[in-house]
Parts: sequence; C-alpha cells; structure tokens
Amino acid sequence: MLDNHAKLLYFFSKAKQVTGRKKLQKMIYILQQCRVPFEEKYQFHFYGPYSEELTLRVEELCNLNFLNEEKEEKSNYHQYHYSITEDGATFLNQFEVNIPEIEDRINVLQDCSARFLELVSTVLYFSYLPREEIIDKVHTVKPKLKYTDEEMNEAFQFIDELQDKSSH
Amino acid sequence: MAYKDEQLIEEKVFKDPVHRYIHVRDRAVWDLIATPEFQRLRRIKQLGTTNLTFHGAEHSRFNHSLGVYEIVRRITNNFADRERWDREQRLLCLCAALLHDLGHGPFSHSFEKVFKLDHEQFTQKIILGDTKVNHILKKVSADFPEKVADVIAKTYSDKLVVSLISSQIDADRMDYLQRDAYFTGVSYGHFDMERILRVMRPMDDQVVIKSTGMHAVEDYIMSRYQMYWQVYFHPVTRSAEVILSKIFQRARVLYEDDTYQFQLEPTHFISFFEERVKLSDYLKLDDMIVYYYFQQWQEEKDDILADLCYRFINRHLFKYVEYNPDPQINAGMELYQLFKKAGINPDYYLVVDSSSDLPYDFYRPGEEEERLPIHLLMPDGGLKELSRHSDIVEAISGKKRTDHKLYFPKDRIQAIEDTELKKRILDILYGKE
Repeated sequence: MLDNHAKLLYFFSKAKQVTGRKKLQKMIYILQQCRVPFEEKYQFHFYGPYSEELTLRVEELCNLNFLNEEKEEKSNYHQYHYSITEDGATFLNQFEVNIPEIEDRINVLQDCSARFLELVSTVLYFSYLPREEIIDKVHTVKPKLKYTDEEMNEAFQFIDELQDKSSH
Repeated sequence: MAYKDEQLIEEKVFKDPVHRYIHVRDRAVWDLIATPEFQRLRRIKQLGTTNLTFHGAEHSRFNHSLGVYEIVRRITNNFADRERWDREQRLLCLCAALLHDLGHGPFSHSFEKVFKLDHEQFTQKIILGDTKVNHILKKVSADFPEKVADVIAKTYSDKLVVSLISSQIDADRMDYLQRDAYFTGVSYGHFDMERILRVMRPMDDQVVIKSTGMHAVEDYIMSRYQMYWQVYFHPVTRSAEVILSKIFQRARVLYEDDTYQFQLEPTHFISFFEERVKLSDYLKLDDMIVYYYFQQWQEEKDDILADLCYRFINRHLFKYVEYNPDPQINAGMELYQLFKKAGINPDYYLVVDSSSDLPYDFYRPGEEEERLPIHLLMPDGGLKELSRHSDIVEAISGKKRTDHKLYFPKDRIQAIEDTELKKRILDILYGKE
C-alpha cells in the first residue's frame, strides 16, 4: 500500500532539498533509466520526458504534509523547493522501501544544472537509437537550446559514469 | 495524381452526436479508417469501466479518434490562410489525429499498470511495423509513417503540429471532454468549442489563444476540472478498476503456479504474463475477449479469481472509505493483519487507490519549463500564461485536491463469523476507534 509514495519519500530523504520541478522530473527519470524502480510513467513533452503521475504524486505528498513545498516568486514564473517533513520521515520509517543505494547518484544529479539534466534525460529517452541519430534527434526536438558538441559529449560520458555507478 | 493529394470523388460523412458530421475527403484518411488496426478501436471502450457507473458510457476509441480527426480538420481549415501555417502539414496533422490512440488496448489503464506496458509504444509499433496502416502511410511517402509516429510521440520537429494533437488545449482533450460528457449524460463538460477554434492562432512552436477568447477557454478549463472529479475520478469506477487490476494480477500468479490447472487456459494473456508480447498478440485483444475470459473464469476452481470475476461481471464491487495515510498508517497495517486472520487475502481485497493512480489531469500552469501552459496572445503581440490573466483559472489551478481511498469487500467482512474480529475491522474502517 502506497509503495510508490514511499519510494519518492525515500528519494527526498536522501536528496535533502530539491529545487525546481523540472529538475525533480529529470532526476527521477534519469534514476529510473538507471534501473532504480520508480514506477511513474513518463511521456515526451516540450521540455523532455515528463511524468504527470509524478507531479500528482508529489502534490499528494505535499497535501499529506509529508513533503514541504516552498514557492519562490521569480520575475515571470514561480520556482518550487521540496524537502521531506518530520511526518514524512515518520511515515517512511514504517516502510521497508525496496530500493538500491541511490545517495551517490542523487548527489551527482543535484550538482547538475536543469539545462544539462534536460539534455541527459532527452539523450536517455532516445537511447534505443545509435549515438549519431540520438544527437540529430536532440537537435530536432530542442533546436532552441542549441546544445554544443561539447555538451553532447559530456552528456554521453555522464550517462556512462552514472550507469557504471548503478551496476556496482 | 499523387496518393497524398488524392481526393474522394464525393465527400464521405459520418454522423456524429458530438460534432454532428465528420467529413472525409482525403483518400489516405478514408483508407486508414478501413484498416483492421483502426476498426479494432470499435471494440475498445473509450472509458473502460466507467459504464458501470454511468451506463451510457459505452462509446469507443473509434468514435473518439474520428472526433479528434474532425476537430483537427476544422482547425487546419481555419489556419489555411494564416501566415504562420504551413499547408503542407495538413495531411500529417489529420493522420496523426486519427491514429493518436491506435495502440490502446482493452481497459488499458489497469492492463498497462499490471503488465508494465505503454499503449504509446504500441501506437508506434502499429504505425511503423508491418501493418495495413503502415502500408497506407507509406503510399503517401516513404518517410510519412515516421513523421506520423513522431507527431504522436511529440518528438516531431514542428512543435505547432504537435501542439494541435497534444497540449493543454488540444483536439484530443476537446473531443474527449465533450464526448464523455455526452455519453455519460452529465451536464459538465460542455464548452463553446467553435469559439475556441475561432480564436486559436498558429505561432512558431505552439497554438495560442487570442486574448479576447479567454472566457471560452475558462469554460473549457472549468469543464475539464468538473469532469475530472465527477466522472474520471468517480469512486465507483475506481472500485471496478481496482477489481480489474486484481483479476489480471491473480490470473498471472495462477499461471506462474505450476500446480494450478486453469479450466479455461489464459491463451490470449500468456505472452503478457511471460513479458514477451508481440504486436500480433496485442492486436488480438479487445474488450470482448477480456469479457469472455472473465465470464468463464467465474467457474474457476481458484476462489479468488472466480470471486473477483463474479464481482466484475455482475457489478458486485468493493466498498470504500476515505483513507488518510498520515494518522491511519498504523490502522492500515493492523487491517492488513486482521484481514489475513479472517481468511480474506489482503493482497487482493484491501487496496489503497490514490488520485495519482489515474490517467487524467487538470490544468496546472506549473513552473517555467516544466510543462507548456496555455498562452494568451495579447493585443500588443506578447504572450501571457492563462492563469496570470484569468482569476477563475488561477483559483482552480491553485486549489490542489488529491485523495486516497481504501477499497474492500464489505460483504465478505459482514460474513466473518468471529464477531470480535469483525467488529474490530469495521471499527477501524468506519472510524469508531
């Protein structure tokens, strides 16, 4: 019962604080692609893989007072910060969450910009294609972001390293 | 004349209760409708188990797919003379609209959850694989199937085309809200679509709404909000979905148990249980096949499978109570143990269902670059996010509502002979702690 909620709380307990919904969306997707068993369903949207299920589940966790959401006013948009509450930690303690060790990978992802995570998650989304086709695809679906060759290489290397961590 | 330009000698029309008439003139569209893969959608209900709550909701994915096609046809006609519209994209838009739900299976939401499948991947496979649909699309041009598949997957280069089929105010939503309202018989779900179509404007990478049309869009957002809570999230429908999921789950467990012998072998489901589903297996499934198994499985020797099928076929559904996991988490765990003690397997008969388990959404503007919101085109040519300009939309999108329900077979609890055990279970469920 509520296993998927507990898995997300476990993520927040390790991440301490996550800033930005887009960053949160991409972090969970990238971990999912590294075989961490998050079950939220993703589809491709304007800004890369996006899960409506994740958005709603996070709202549920906030409404249950298991997650704290802080809204920050920016010039023409809002930015959100998330952290686990005491109630959330108590709830989580009652669960045996069946998830591999993810703290290292979360720390690595936390240090990345939302733009870079958008690139990484998009590359992963097309990972069934050969490398050259993935690069073409990224340029096709995200022409405005103008990712450089250097960023592309960095993204591929980042994925290799992250997946290497997950196999250990 | 090239196939892509070929027109029928006379326009064909389908009578439709929502859009009055659906008009077809393109040969390619007409041929696509006639394929077995598209005709299969007649045998898949649009709203799955909702007909157990709203008895009129018997409409199919076929009806809806034609409806989405018709809305896109009208939009592309309206855009025809607009500067930012590329008329070469017209047939692509029509085909993507028509085929956008092609990969849906029977009761797809529950089915996909249990078997970890994704109907969108099957849509891609049908369009790109060796199918009649693929052969017709290839007659338009060699790369046309890939283009249609990309539009539906939202990975096509022209985002304007994508946003017609899939965005926060797209042809898909505009059709299903009206169609579902019509067939369920509810009075929500109605809005002035003609007005919205008139104020839609093509921009470089999205469809926007001329600001004078804001009130029509407010009405659409309200409809979406009402339908979400009144129809899509209806607790009785959710009860049927819970039972459906548990049937699939139980059948799989029995299949994996070498000692169990089915009276009716689950032939159509074997590739799903074994996670090696071929497209041909997938296309053989429809509502009728699933109902046939459920009808027959009422006679199975396994009590759980037989009981769950009986409940589904005869609408003998689970009851529910509101469930707040925060103070009640210990109670939930105690219930689990008490159910076991009473001989009612909690893995099948005690289920928490959350709003996030359902596939519908309501409008949320979100954070910048999280998801594309609805934009109004202001008189000065600038764009403004809808909820920043509309008090009504701001009020709705700021109000977060989520819920969790606990489902259980009340009749089985009432039949427990140990009166103390029964009382304890009922006290926890109905809050007499």
